[in-house]
Amino acid sequence: MSRTPRSAASTALLVLAPLVLAGLFLAAPMASGQEPVGATFWLATLALAALAVAGIRRLAGLEGRKIYASLTAALFGIWVVYFWQLLTVALEVPRVLLPAPWLIVQSLVDHLPRLGKDFTQTVVKAVIIGWVLGSGLGFLVAVAIDRLPFLQRGLLPIASLTSTIPLVGVAPIAVMWFGFDWPSKAAVVVLMTFFPMLVSTLAGLQASNRLERELMHSYGASYGRTLWSLRLPVAVPFMIGALKINATLALIGAIVAEFFGSPTSGLGFRISTEATKMNMPLVWAAVLVAAVTGSVAYALLVALERRAAFWHPSVRGKK
Amino acid sequence: MAITTKAAATPLGQRLRQDGLPVLVVLTAILLLWYGLTVWLNAPGVIERVLPADGAWAWQQLVAATMDMQRPVMPAPHQVAADLYSSLTGHPLNSPRNLLFHVAVTAQSTLVGFVMGTVLGLVLSVCIVHSRTLDRALLPWIVASQSVPVLAIAPIVLVILGSMGLAGVAPKAVIAMYLCFFPVTVAMVQGLRSPQVIETEMLHTYAASRWQALWMLRLPAALPFLFPALRVGIAAGLVGAMVAELPTGAQAGLGARLLTGSYYGQTVQIWSALVMAALLGLVLTAAMAAIENLALRHRRQA
Repeated sequence: MSRTPRSAASTALLVLAPLVLAGLFLAAPMASGQEPVGATFWLATLALAALAVAGIRRLAGLEGRKIYASLTAALFGIWVVYFWQLLTVALEVPRVLLPAPWLIVQSLVDHLPRLGKDFTQTVVKAVIIGWVLGSGLGFLVAVAIDRLPFLQRGLLPIASLTSTIPLVGVAPIAVMWFGFDWPSKAAVVVLMTFFPMLVSTLAGLQASNRLERELMHSYGASYGRTLWSLRLPVAVPFMIGALKINATLALIGAIVAEFFGSPTSGLGFRISTEATKMNMPLVWAAVLVAAVTGSVAYALLVALERRAAFWHPSVRGKK
Repeated sequence: MAITTKAAATPLGQRLRQDGLPVLVVLTAILLLWYGLTVWLNAPGVIERVLPADGAWAWQQLVAATMDMQRPVMPAPHQVAADLYSSLTGHPLNSPRNLLFHVAVTAQSTLVGFVMGTVLGLVLSVCIVHSRTLDRALLPWIVASQSVPVLAIAPIVLVILGSMGLAGVAPKAVIAMYLCFFPVTVAMVQGLRSPQVIETEMLHTYAASRWQALWMLRLPAALPFLFPALRVGIAAGLVGAMVAELPTGAQAGLGARLLTGSYYGQTVQIWSALVMAALLGLVLTAAMAAIENLALRHRRQA
């Protein structure tokens, strides 16, 4: 447990030097698939792996700044992609099994216009519209039945149970009702995002404590005023939590709904058709687009949370 | 919510009295709404094809005809129920015409994947808690994967496993596995870290080894974190197993049932498959909740 503190400079050397070596090694003939792999290749690869592990361990052991943790994760990611590239090329792994990362990037660049169209079809139309409509409806219904405890007690158990049901299965029905284009996908997304928002908003509206409500009462505040000034602000972190869950759910819903039938564009359509054509680099590229979309949406919502719920303990603690 | 164990009997009874009526009312409203939709959505087709063209029909005929179509836009609840009943009772269990056969196929891959994913998640979370390197290098990626639609790589998994010669349960179980794996890992890391300093220090003064601390303190403390993740995981695994049945041209399973139903415009079949999928999801989650109640029954009393 009593490790001597390591300096940041020596760590930087241990982290960066292997990366440079690894970059040079990638250009060597035996690593680029021009020669059959021999003992030298394996020795060099093992040495690199040992260096990579040493570098990651050293970086993970650093104390002090928060950035070190993110750097460790990034370094680990870089090494995983590096060995993925190295081994798939040197061992000539069939593309169907696992395309090299560089091939995926190339495919992404080559098919950028097509993937852009897919992105518009799936994300801009189906996901965003469905997500806004579903979350908005969930919120409105929650506020509407706020004064009807009878309906709440009836609706809440059913709404909570829907999280255990594979709702995305309604996709074929949505296709039948709304056609192959994006409205059917948006409908699936609406259904999937409605209930989490409803449940979270209802929970959020109950979250203000008795003392606060009695204070509002003593001010003679009306129901609407209490809702607006106390209970809705208290519910904001709950609602943003639901928006985060819904962002992932919406992407999954739209992509899976396209597996059931879609026009000739869309990320889910691209993934399923190119997979049957065994064009795996493009499939991975489409997955990459979906993954980046999900992460960016999440990051945006976290930023929104910091702004809208800046007073909440969970946000205050992070600063 | 309909989970009965002896420990939870009293609060459940109270809850039933309190919530039973409202839930019943809401369910009735949903049923009425469904019938309303049936009439509304099917009416144009019925007027066009079934009823006499000269307009000589009463509204009773219209309503009756909307609920008795071969391939309705929206089947009436009793049509779905009749289809379910005839499917469940009219054919032997091993016949593909019996929906329980498809339920069993899907449930099997879900459960196999669920068990594999849970074991993998448990092992990995123990490793992460005991290794600072893994904690800093690997955990952020696992957490980040929660905001990414990982289900999208299902077709890739199917192609890879297919070209390796694996077919049948294995590819579906693998997809269910990796969907279960992420929530279990994240929750277990949180749970294994939940013991307070004072508790870990006490074990330290007893000279307990890491394994003893894990077994006697960390694992029991992590259980309340584990079970919610298991419920999330098994529901996600079910979706994964159903999606995995789509592109393979699988002949069996609820996902395949949905797909063939949509190919041939058999709406009643789609709705029956959906109802069975919903029931399967409910049963799987209820089973998890029952295990949770059983495992944590002593803590509830305390």
